[in-house]
Amino acid sequence: MKSPSRPDRPRPLSPHLQIYSWQLTAVLSILHRATGVALCAGAVLLVWWLAAAASGPQAFATTQNFIGSWFGQALLLGWTFSLFFHLCNGVRHLVWDAGWGFRIATVYASGWTVVGASIVLTTLAWILGYAVRAGGA
Amino acid sequence: MKAGQHRGMRSSLARVRGLGSAKEGVVHWWAQRVTAIALVPLSVWLAGNFVALAGAKHEAVVAWIASPVGTVLMLLSIAAIFHHAQLGLQVVIEDYVHGEGLKLAALLAVKGLAILLATIAGLAVLSISLGA
Repeated sequence: MKSPSRPDRPRPLSPHLQIYSWQLTAVLSILHRATGVALCAGAVLLVWWLAAAASGPQAFATTQNFIGSWFGQALLLGWTFSLFFHLCNGVRHLVWDAGWGFRIATVYASGWTVVGASIVLTTLAWILGYAVRAGGA
Repeated sequence: MKAGQHRGMRSSLARVRGLGSAKEGVVHWWAQRVTAIALVPLSVWLAGNFVALAGAKHEAVVAWIASPVGTVLMLLSIAAIFHHAQLGLQVVIEDYVHGEGLKLAALLAVKGLAILLATIAGLAVLSISLGA
Protein backbone atom coordinates (compact mmCIF):
# COMPACT_ATOMS: atom_id res chain seq x y z
CA MET A 1 0.00 0.00 0.00
CA LYS A 2 1.21 3.42 -0.96
CA SER A 3 1.77 6.04 1.64
CA PRO A 4 -0.36 9.10 0.88
CA SER A 5 2.60 11.40 1.54
CA ARG A 6 4.81 9.64 -1.06
CA PRO A 7 3.38 9.99 -4.56
CA ASP A 8 4.95 7.75 -7.26
CA ARG A 9 6.26 10.80 -9.10
CA PRO A 10 7.37 14.17 -7.72
CA ARG A 11 4.73 16.82 -7.63
CA PRO A 12 5.25 19.79 -9.95
CA LEU A 13 7.08 22.70 -8.39
CA SER A 14 6.47 26.34 -9.16
CA PRO A 15 9.08 27.75 -11.57
CA HIS A 16 12.21 28.88 -9.79
CA LEU A 17 14.63 31.71 -10.60
CA GLN A 18 16.62 29.93 -13.34
CA ILE A 19 13.49 28.98 -15.34
CA TYR A 20 11.21 31.90 -14.58
CA SER A 21 11.21 34.59 -17.23
CA TRP A 22 12.81 37.77 -15.90
CA GLN A 23 10.68 40.87 -15.59
CA LEU A 24 11.64 44.38 -14.62
CA THR A 25 9.33 44.26 -11.59
CA ALA A 26 10.97 41.14 -10.13
CA VAL A 27 14.51 42.34 -10.91
CA LEU A 28 13.93 45.70 -9.19
CA SER A 29 12.34 43.96 -6.20
CA ILE A 30 15.40 41.70 -5.77
CA LEU A 31 17.73 44.66 -6.40
CA HIS A 32 15.98 46.67 -3.68
CA ARG A 33 16.76 43.99 -1.13
CA ALA A 34 20.29 43.40 -2.45
CA THR A 35 21.16 47.11 -2.38
CA GLY A 36 19.67 47.36 1.13
CA VAL A 37 21.98 44.60 2.36
CA ALA A 38 24.92 46.21 0.54
CA LEU A 39 24.17 49.54 2.22
CA CYS A 40 24.34 47.83 5.63
CA ALA A 41 27.96 47.00 4.81
CA GLY A 42 28.40 50.61 3.66
CA ALA A 43 27.10 51.78 7.04
CA VAL A 44 30.00 49.93 8.66
CA LEU A 45 32.42 51.98 6.53
CA LEU A 46 30.61 55.15 7.59
CA VAL A 47 31.17 54.21 11.26
CA TRP A 48 34.84 53.47 10.57
CA TRP A 49 35.19 56.81 8.74
CA LEU A 50 33.54 58.76 11.61
CA ALA A 51 35.56 56.95 14.28
CA ALA A 52 38.76 57.63 12.32
CA ALA A 53 37.85 61.32 11.98
CA ALA A 54 37.31 61.45 15.75
CA SER A 55 40.62 59.66 16.46
CA GLY A 56 42.73 62.21 14.62
CA PRO A 57 44.49 63.07 11.35
CA GLN A 58 46.65 59.91 11.23
CA ALA A 59 43.80 57.41 11.62
CA PHE A 60 41.74 59.49 9.23
CA ALA A 61 44.49 59.44 6.60
CA THR A 62 44.55 55.61 6.79
CA THR A 63 40.80 55.49 6.12
CA GLN A 64 41.02 58.04 3.30
CA ASN A 65 43.89 56.05 1.73
CA PHE A 66 41.74 52.92 1.77
CA ILE A 67 38.79 54.77 0.22
CA GLY A 68 41.15 56.29 -2.37
CA SER A 69 42.58 52.90 -3.42
CA TRP A 70 41.12 51.12 -6.46
CA PHE A 71 39.40 48.65 -4.15
CA GLY A 72 37.93 51.40 -2.00
CA GLN A 73 36.80 53.34 -5.07
CA ALA A 74 35.12 50.22 -6.50
CA LEU A 75 33.28 49.67 -3.22
CA LEU A 76 32.31 53.34 -3.10
CA LEU A 77 30.96 53.20 -6.66
CA GLY A 78 28.83 50.18 -5.74
CA TRP A 79 27.60 51.92 -2.61
CA THR A 80 26.82 55.13 -4.51
CA PHE A 81 24.62 53.23 -6.95
CA SER A 82 23.10 51.19 -4.11
CA LEU A 83 22.25 54.36 -2.18
CA PHE A 84 20.61 56.13 -5.13
CA PHE A 85 18.78 53.00 -6.27
CA HIS A 86 17.50 52.15 -2.79
CA LEU A 87 16.53 55.80 -2.28
CA CYS A 88 14.64 56.13 -5.60
CA ASN A 89 13.01 52.70 -5.41
CA GLY A 90 12.22 53.35 -1.74
CA VAL A 91 10.27 56.46 -2.75
CA ARG A 92 8.50 54.25 -5.33
CA HIS A 93 7.57 51.87 -2.50
CA LEU A 94 6.31 54.74 -0.33
CA VAL A 95 4.10 55.91 -3.20
CA TRP A 96 2.70 52.35 -3.47
CA ASP A 97 2.14 52.34 0.30
CA ALA A 98 0.03 55.48 -0.15
CA GLY A 99 -2.05 53.51 -2.66
CA TRP A 100 -0.90 55.03 -5.94
CA GLY A 101 0.72 53.72 -9.12
CA PHE A 102 -0.50 50.12 -9.26
CA ARG A 103 -1.55 49.98 -12.93
CA ILE A 104 0.84 47.69 -14.84
CA ALA A 105 1.90 50.45 -17.25
CA THR A 106 2.55 52.80 -14.32
CA VAL A 107 4.55 50.16 -12.44
CA TYR A 108 6.83 49.71 -15.47
CA ALA A 109 7.13 53.46 -16.07
CA SER A 110 8.08 54.10 -12.43
CA GLY A 111 10.49 51.15 -12.56
CA TRP A 112 12.37 52.48 -15.59
CA THR A 113 12.34 55.96 -14.04
CA VAL A 114 14.05 54.54 -10.95
CA VAL A 115 16.68 52.77 -13.09
CA GLY A 116 17.37 55.94 -15.10
CA ALA A 117 17.42 58.22 -12.08
CA SER A 118 19.84 56.03 -10.11
CA ILE A 119 22.25 55.77 -13.05
CA VAL A 120 22.10 59.54 -13.69
CA LEU A 121 22.53 60.41 -9.99
CA THR A 122 25.44 57.97 -9.58
CA THR A 123 27.21 59.39 -12.65
CA LEU A 124 26.55 62.97 -11.54
CA ALA A 125 27.85 62.32 -8.00
CA TRP A 126 31.09 60.83 -9.35
CA ILE A 127 31.67 63.57 -11.93
CA LEU A 128 31.12 66.22 -9.24
CA GLY A 129 33.23 64.27 -6.72
CA TYR A 130 36.21 64.09 -9.09
CA ALA A 131 35.72 67.76 -10.03
CA VAL A 132 35.90 68.67 -6.31
CA ARG A 133 39.03 66.53 -5.92
CA ALA A 134 40.70 68.10 -8.96
CA GLY A 135 39.68 71.52 -7.64
CA GLY A 136 42.24 70.97 -4.87
CA ALA A 137 40.45 70.34 -1.60
CA MET B 1 -5.66 19.51 26.67
CA LYS B 2 -4.09 17.59 29.54
CA ALA B 3 -4.44 18.88 33.03
CA GLY B 4 -1.32 20.39 34.52
CA GLN B 5 -0.01 21.52 31.12
CA HIS B 6 -0.46 25.14 32.03
CA ARG B 7 1.19 26.76 34.96
CA GLY B 8 -1.26 29.40 36.04
CA MET B 9 -2.01 32.11 33.53
CA ARG B 10 1.45 32.09 31.95
CA SER B 11 2.43 30.27 28.78
CA SER B 12 6.00 29.16 28.26
CA LEU B 13 8.43 31.44 26.43
CA ALA B 14 9.11 28.77 23.82
CA ARG B 15 5.40 28.63 22.98
CA VAL B 16 4.76 32.32 22.93
CA ARG B 17 7.88 33.78 21.29
CA GLY B 18 7.10 35.03 17.83
CA LEU B 19 3.64 33.48 17.88
CA GLY B 20 0.22 34.95 18.25
CA SER B 21 -0.60 38.47 19.20
CA ALA B 22 2.33 40.20 20.78
CA LYS B 23 0.32 43.43 20.77
CA GLU B 24 2.76 44.63 18.16
CA GLY B 25 0.58 44.84 15.07
CA VAL B 26 2.14 47.02 12.38
CA VAL B 27 4.95 48.44 14.53
CA HIS B 28 7.72 46.90 12.40
CA TRP B 29 6.15 47.92 9.10
CA TRP B 30 5.40 51.44 10.34
CA ALA B 31 8.88 52.01 11.82
CA GLN B 32 10.40 50.93 8.50
CA ARG B 33 8.29 53.54 6.66
CA VAL B 34 8.94 56.32 9.20
CA THR B 35 12.72 55.80 9.07
CA ALA B 36 12.50 55.54 5.25
CA ILE B 37 10.73 58.91 5.04
CA ALA B 38 13.32 60.45 7.40
CA LEU B 39 16.14 58.99 5.31
CA VAL B 40 14.94 60.60 2.06
CA PRO B 41 16.17 64.11 2.98
CA LEU B 42 18.94 62.82 5.28
CA SER B 43 20.56 60.60 2.64
CA VAL B 44 20.38 63.38 0.05
CA TRP B 45 22.10 65.66 2.60
CA LEU B 46 24.73 62.98 3.34
CA ALA B 47 25.41 62.22 -0.34
CA GLY B 48 25.72 65.91 -1.19
CA ASN B 49 28.22 66.50 1.59
CA PHE B 50 30.24 63.37 0.77
CA VAL B 51 30.57 64.61 -2.82
CA ALA B 52 31.59 68.08 -1.58
CA LEU B 53 34.16 66.44 0.75
CA ALA B 54 35.68 64.11 -1.88
CA GLY B 55 39.37 63.72 -1.03
CA ALA B 56 39.05 66.28 1.77
CA LYS B 57 41.61 66.70 4.51
CA HIS B 58 40.93 65.83 8.16
CA GLU B 59 40.27 69.41 9.30
CA ALA B 60 37.63 69.99 6.60
CA VAL B 61 35.73 66.84 7.57
CA VAL B 62 35.98 67.61 11.28
CA ALA B 63 34.76 71.18 10.69
CA TRP B 64 31.74 69.85 8.79
CA ILE B 65 30.79 67.34 11.52
CA ALA B 66 31.44 69.86 14.30
CA SER B 67 29.09 72.48 12.84
CA PRO B 68 25.70 72.53 14.61
CA VAL B 69 23.82 71.42 11.50
CA GLY B 70 26.43 68.74 10.79
CA THR B 71 26.29 67.33 14.32
CA VAL B 72 22.50 67.26 14.58
CA LEU B 73 21.83 65.85 11.11
CA MET B 74 24.66 63.31 11.38
CA LEU B 75 23.31 62.03 14.73
CA LEU B 76 19.79 61.79 13.28
CA SER B 77 21.18 60.06 10.17
CA ILE B 78 22.99 57.48 12.30
CA ALA B 79 19.85 56.75 14.30
CA ALA B 80 17.65 56.45 11.21
CA ILE B 81 20.22 54.44 9.21
CA PHE B 82 20.81 51.81 11.87
CA HIS B 83 17.16 51.53 12.91
CA HIS B 84 16.13 51.12 9.26
CA ALA B 85 19.03 48.72 8.55
CA GLN B 86 18.25 46.34 11.40
CA LEU B 87 14.53 46.32 10.53
CA GLY B 88 15.40 45.42 6.93
CA LEU B 89 17.99 42.78 7.83
CA GLN B 90 15.47 41.25 10.26
CA VAL B 91 13.07 40.60 7.37
CA VAL B 92 15.86 39.16 5.21
CA ILE B 93 16.91 36.81 8.03
CA GLU B 94 13.32 35.76 8.73
CA ASP B 95 12.87 34.99 5.03
CA TYR B 96 16.02 32.93 4.46
CA VAL B 97 17.18 31.47 7.78
CA HIS B 98 14.86 28.63 8.69
CA GLY B 99 16.59 26.90 11.62
CA GLU B 100 15.00 28.33 14.75
CA GLY B 101 18.25 28.53 16.74
CA LEU B 102 20.31 30.00 13.91
CA LYS B 103 17.55 32.49 13.12
CA LEU B 104 17.40 33.69 16.73
CA ALA B 105 21.21 33.95 16.88
CA ALA B 106 21.32 35.93 13.61
CA LEU B 107 18.56 38.30 14.73
CA LEU B 108 20.26 38.94 18.07
CA ALA B 109 23.63 39.48 16.34
CA VAL B 110 22.16 41.96 13.82
CA LYS B 111 20.26 43.93 16.46
CA GLY B 112 23.18 43.95 18.87
CA LEU B 113 25.62 44.99 16.14
CA ALA B 114 23.30 47.79 15.01
CA ILE B 115 23.18 49.22 18.54
CA LEU B 116 26.95 48.85 18.96
CA LEU B 117 27.83 50.51 15.64
CA ALA B 118 25.30 53.32 16.11
CA THR B 119 26.73 54.04 19.56
CA ILE B 120 30.31 54.10 18.24
CA ALA B 121 29.31 56.44 15.41
CA GLY B 122 27.29 58.67 17.75
CA LEU B 123 30.18 58.92 20.19
CA ALA B 124 32.56 59.78 17.34
CA VAL B 125 30.29 62.61 16.18
CA LEU B 126 29.83 63.94 19.71
CA SER B 127 33.53 63.83 20.53
CA ILE B 128 34.30 65.76 17.31
CA SER B 129 31.51 68.21 17.99
CA LEU B 130 32.42 68.80 21.65
CA GLY B 131 36.10 68.98 20.74
CA ALA B 132 37.16 66.09 22.95
